[in-house]
Amino acid sequence: MRPYIKLFLSFAYIGTVSFGGGYSMLPMFQRELVDKNGWLTEMEMADMFSVGQCLPGVIACNTAVFVGYKQKGVRGGIVSAFGAAFPSVVITLILAAIITNLADFPVVMRAFAGLRVGVSVLILNSVIKLWKQAIVDLAAIVIFAVVFLIAIFTSFPVAILVIVAGFIGIAVSSMRKGASE
Amino acid sequence: MILLRLFYEFFITGLFAFGGGLATIPFLREMATRTGWFTLEQLMDMIAISESTPGPIGINMATFAGFTTAGVLGGVIASLGLIVPSVIIATIVSRLLDRFRENSMVKSAFYGLRAASIGLIAAAGLSVLGMAMLNTELFSQTGAFLDLFNFKAMILAILLFVATNKLKAHPIIFLAGSAVVGIIFF
Repeated sequence: MRPYIKLFLSFAYIGTVSFGGGYSMLPMFQRELVDKNGWLTEMEMADMFSVGQCLPGVIACNTAVFVGYKQKGVRGGIVSAFGAAFPSVVITLILAAIITNLADFPVVMRAFAGLRVGVSVLILNSVIKLWKQAIVDLAAIVIFAVVFLIAIFTSFPVAILVIVAGFIGIAVSSMRKGASE
Repeated sequence: MILLRLFYEFFITGLFAFGGGLATIPFLREMATRTGWFTLEQLMDMIAISESTPGPIGINMATFAGFTTAGVLGGVIASLGLIVPSVIIATIVSRLLDRFRENSMVKSAFYGLRAASIGLIAAAGLSVLGMAMLNTELFSQTGAFLDLFNFKAMILAILLFVATNKLKAHPIIFLAGSAVVGIIFF
């Protein structure tokens, strides 16, 4: 039982002290799992994090599953993922309850009007950063543009767009392979 | 019944959102317009809170959206729905971690997935930007073209854009700053 509790607590700790999600959580993962517990090497940690980013869903939970699985198999992975999510759920529930009760105060409404502007700018910055990483050639630009326009102007299901884009990625790559051979 | 639907909606989100917390925004936007569980304004508030609180952004958003829809249990169920696909897929991939990274089929699929994911996030971002910058309600009442634009918000956005790219501070600092500006000037 002890090792499972330790996994849960380690990931709960990471979930409590890291702000910003995704990439900004990597340093906390390294400090807790590599430096403090010695469960894996710096290289293994980086590998797990980068594969965790590739999979769908919550990056921190994906990475937690890899680490937990390496330590204690399937159950270790499950315990770790729930550990990473647990503090978030508790903190957000408390905040949501408070904010929902305060939402009608003019001061709170003005604060949120300002916050919305801040959020828009942060999303814009993230899109620019992601663009630099993933939009590497003309075909990627075309996929981006088509998906962007469909998402703006229609209510086509998002999930289907993602699946189709995956297959188009495979098709484009195999056509290129065919052309170069 | 609402809990079952919440679980299902967030399960689908967790299964198809590639790229972490931000990638869930297009799904949540779709959910807002299709189910009416929360408004787009509420969604923006959720994003702001989720970015300013500790932990994975996706979990924060799912919890908040679930809470808004169906209370405490709703928050828990929505997060659970988001996590379950992660756990299943990551457990399967754990067994073949090294082979997964080198697989050319996987690499080519991700080439398309990433481009699409950014397109979706950009589209969601644009609608969020429009909501923060434009007074569509005021404009529909007065019909005056100048009333359409929220100039204070635009100035704040430009200042923030410059500041976030020049200064290396944590996002929460900028969010706190924009909340203060909102309280004083908006």
